[in-house]
Amino acid sequence: MQIRAMRRGKWALALLATVSLASFAATACGGDDDDASETPAASAAAGSPTAKSGIDYAKLSGELRVDGSSTVFPISQAVAEDFSKVAKNVRANVALSGTGGGFEKFCRKEIQVSDASRPINQKEKDACAAAGVTDVIELQVAIDALTVVVNPANTWAKCMTTAQLQQAFKKDGATKWSDINPGWPAENIKFYFPGADSGTFDYFKEAIKLRGEASKEPPHRSDGTASEDDNVLVKGIEGDKNAIGYFGFAYYEEAGKKLKAVEVDGGAGCVAPSFDAALKGTYKPLSRPLFIYTTGTFLKEKREVAGFVSFYLENTVKLAKEVGYVSLPADVLKQQQEKIKPFLPQ
Amino acid sequence: MAGAPAAAPVSLRATGRVARRQAISRASRYVLLAATMVGVGVLAFLAYDVIRTGGSRLSLDFFTSYPSRRATSAGLRSSLIGTAWVMATTIVLAIPLAIGTAIFLEEFAPRGKVTAIVRLNVANLAGVPSIIYGILGLAVFVRGIELGGVQLLPKLGPSILAGSLTLALMILPMTVIASVEAIRQVPPSIRDGSLALGASRWQTVWYHTLPGAIPGIMTGTILAVARAAGETAALIMIGAFAFIAFDNKSLNDSFTVVPVQIYNWTTLPQEAFRVNAAAAIIVLMVSVIGLNLIAVFIRERFSRR
Repeated sequence: MQIRAMRRGKWALALLATVSLASFAATACGGDDDDASETPAASAAAGSPTAKSGIDYAKLSGELRVDGSSTVFPISQAVAEDFSKVAKNVRANVALSGTGGGFEKFCRKEIQVSDASRPINQKEKDACAAAGVTDVIELQVAIDALTVVVNPANTWAKCMTTAQLQQAFKKDGATKWSDINPGWPAENIKFYFPGADSGTFDYFKEAIKLRGEASKEPPHRSDGTASEDDNVLVKGIEGDKNAIGYFGFAYYEEAGKKLKAVEVDGGAGCVAPSFDAALKGTYKPLSRPLFIYTTGTFLKEKREVAGFVSFYLENTVKLAKEVGYVSLPADVLKQQQEKIKPFLPQ
Repeated sequence: MAGAPAAAPVSLRATGRVARRQAISRASRYVLLAATMVGVGVLAFLAYDVIRTGGSRLSLDFFTSYPSRRATSAGLRSSLIGTAWVMATTIVLAIPLAIGTAIFLEEFAPRGKVTAIVRLNVANLAGVPSIIYGILGLAVFVRGIELGGVQLLPKLGPSILAGSLTLALMILPMTVIASVEAIRQVPPSIRDGSLALGASRWQTVWYHTLPGAIPGIMTGTILAVARAAGETAALIMIGAFAFIAFDNKSLNDSFTVVPVQIYNWTTLPQEAFRVNAAAAIIVLMVSVIGLNLIAVFIRERFSRR
């Protein structure tokens, strides 16, 4: 009995000892790394030679963090994927914590590139400035056609004006289809829209004039299904004859015949969402630019950021299309490239 | 007195209240069976659905490739490595703390109001939603704590260490509760015997109470770790990345984990990514079942001795 107890004791001892030893090692090791983490990036940035294209990607090293809009994520991921093949020593990591979450981290200098599905707002600019981030650079990387969709069984809502969309999505607005248009059925509408932290929601509010009392506009309604996950909206509208909602064009395109897109009349007649209309600028006011943000300081001081951003602009036309967005027209792309030129090695 | 009632044939059938009680008893069996089947049935259906959707995607490539914009070439490599790092570190951080807390609460702490309050709070913490731990982790571990120019806690950034610390905090209450229960199961006579023979309190704990409690502690711990392995919200909050294309080599690395990858794949528009998500769910499910089997194994091994 005693021997057994001893044995058991040893077992427990061994277990506990291993575990606590390892825990000490872990904390110590973490501390060391933390101190050292800044140095390699900095030294690499200083000593990186340049090629004729401006930057020799293969000679870059370090880590860069991209975070923000989940709408822009697929493009940034595609760019990071291809970038890590040419710049093998750079770790380009991409997260998707939402446009607002991205800007918050960006202004704290926790990330170097921020994905955004709407322009940075004044509040965020102020937060950036307060933290000493003043040389913010906005780069458009693609175009998205924000798509208003209904169930295919909905035969009446073929085209809606922006005023009708406002009536539908404003707080205490329409509850029945007949509230929007007397000719439409007197059935209750079910609303689906993206969560409040998404840039899509913000952009829609801006375009349809639902920014709330501070802007002398009605606020967006909150009674309905709100989800950060656009597939939840797709599924909801697919299964409900009286549903209406909105999200990025890629989700509509992928859902195919399971959803019906509503044409939007922004004052110049009904226009259906399409790559073409978004590119030509006729799909108003819901075609929206997608952005990445960085700062001049990052571009100048961190060569891997400069490399990533210029690689981004070189490839976004091809990659945005591949993941379901509208690529930038050549002249807009050129403008973006001009913006970063002063910060790149000559 | 001649036993007149014997004339009537004796029926073994219960009547009246007895019959009703027996009927309820028989019925209860089926009601309880049905209750069990609801859970099992739903799980079985989910497993079937996931395997049907994602089974075909499971190949060696799926485990060895990094995330990608192309669903068919995207894989779990960086997230599996990330999960392994985060889990190992979480276990190493949480278990000593949890067992220590449990031993103190059960064996050393005075039985007073303060101890009661601490216990109550530990129980409450076990019910706090994980996103709250994520917010805490972001503020405390990722951004560090600075007071009057003095760095009280270092900025860890969105690193494996910060993620593990957050998850360790998250599973701590569950692990403490499981450990306290396990220690309480050790019969008092063993402690009394040890103390009566002159062993110190610590010797009693170390040589008698703890070995007896290990199976219970292990079971509780591994169940908690399984929860941490499936955690998404807290890690997204602290800044786990969805696209990582390198193998983690240190605790200071940025990371991704399997659940974050699943979340990301389910939000993308393309159907093909949902197949990937289903395949990743199979991988996660099998790993969690594996962890539970380890728990069973450890429990069996220790309780047999």
